[in-house]
Amino acid sequence: MAYPADFKYTKEHEWIKADGASATIGITTYAQESLGDIVFVDLPKPGTEISAGKTFGSVESVKAVSDLYAPASGTVSEVNADLSTHPEKVNSDAHGAWMLKITLKDKNELNSLLSAADYEKFVSEEGGH
Amino acid sequence: MVDFNGWDMPVEYSGIIAEHIAVRTGVGIFDVSHMGDIRVAGNEALAAIQHISMNDASRLAIGQAQYSAMLYPQGTFVDDIIVHRLGEQEYLIVINAGTREKDFHWVRDNTGPYDCVTENLSDDFTQIAIQGPRGVDLVQKLTDADLGALKFYWVTRGTVCGLQDILIARTGYTGEDGFEIYIPSDQQTSERVWSEVREAGKEFGVLPCGLGARNTLRLEAKLPLYGHEISDTINVWEAGLERFCKMEKPEFIGREALEEAKARAGKRVLVGLEMVERGIARDGYRILNTSGQEVGYVTSGSYAPFLKKNIALAYVPPDLLGPGTEVLVEIRNQGVKAEVVPTPFYKRPKKG
Repeated sequence: MAYPADFKYTKEHEWIKADGASATIGITTYAQESLGDIVFVDLPKPGTEISAGKTFGSVESVKAVSDLYAPASGTVSEVNADLSTHPEKVNSDAHGAWMLKITLKDKNELNSLLSAADYEKFVSEEGGH
Repeated sequence: MVDFNGWDMPVEYSGIIAEHIAVRTGVGIFDVSHMGDIRVAGNEALAAIQHISMNDASRLAIGQAQYSAMLYPQGTFVDDIIVHRLGEQEYLIVINAGTREKDFHWVRDNTGPYDCVTENLSDDFTQIAIQGPRGVDLVQKLTDADLGALKFYWVTRGTVCGLQDILIARTGYTGEDGFEIYIPSDQQTSERVWSEVREAGKEFGVLPCGLGARNTLRLEAKLPLYGHEISDTINVWEAGLERFCKMEKPEFIGREALEEAKARAGKRVLVGLEMVERGIARDGYRILNTSGQEVGYVTSGSYAPFLKKNIALAYVPPDLLGPGTEVLVEIRNQGVKAEVVPTPFYKRPKKG
């Protein structure tokens, strides 16, 4: 599967794409596949501060609840409202169905995240996929 | 794959929602070999069954089945069961996977004084459930038995996939019409029948279904699951299963305690909830009243794929059982509004 090279990834299966001082966050194709049919996405309101490595929301499939972990610290500037009525879009296009846009607190935090190649290697070891 | 009480079983094949919808609108098939089977036969088989089962097995004609439960002396659940009457003095009890060993010992020990034999046949059968409105069309392609003449909760025998004398029961755990067939458990036969069933079901859009869909289907239909709605600490009245409990029977294990419990005001009842605000109630979440005090807990909760709602079953005090009553489900430390609704959440349409 294709993991965009201009994204960075966490071991908790979130992706982040930086664009200047702001960034877009979502979950990976691998994550949506493991979760199965996604039926609920619980996201923070604009203005909320999120911190790298801490939970900022949750995603629920029919079978399970999973926490979402912030790949980087920052302030939520925009939430993908479409996901509240169409959470299944995360299944059909995980790398397109973004969840949050944030204003980054410290761009350097992204340097410690996984590259697309590293992430792909990580999930192939983790899941045997 | 998940380890389900020692059985390696898939949670889903193509996806829980698709599998669930297939069963509601077409047909789905489940490998339910993890279920246990106990045969009780002999001169006093009926008396033995009457002693361990809360329903009235004397009402069963040969070929008929009934939902029931085995109880502890305190009126709580050993397990829920289906009792099939296979012959004049022969019964088959179908039990749950998680409680197989416990159940078999319970049946053997408590039928001991009666003139009957008790055999654990659990490892002899591969049990396949074919569920959904098109299930009858699918199974009819594979058997010479006249399924049109087989009513819901009846059993018959017939040739299935070339195997003679196969037990075919019109039963299930999905809230739909459907069948459960009991075939020899050797791997070669099991695999052959499973693939022949899939092949025969292609024209009906059959999907193999896993434990995930099995759970959401039974939840929509409010069918209890051991360890959730029923357990060794929950009694028959609390679980709302009184219509399967025949107190007019002079004796069965648990009867006396139930008589006493009936005279007392119950502390909790099982109700259906529908989420009003956004959120999904999950097993074990706490129920709060509108003042924020803890009053109960969720036994099973999920997104309901056919109803497209978030539903749950929960134990609450009797004063909260009326439909329309508002309660809160504590989801990640927040009280999320839900409403008591009539159950079952889903009832299959009657044939016109």
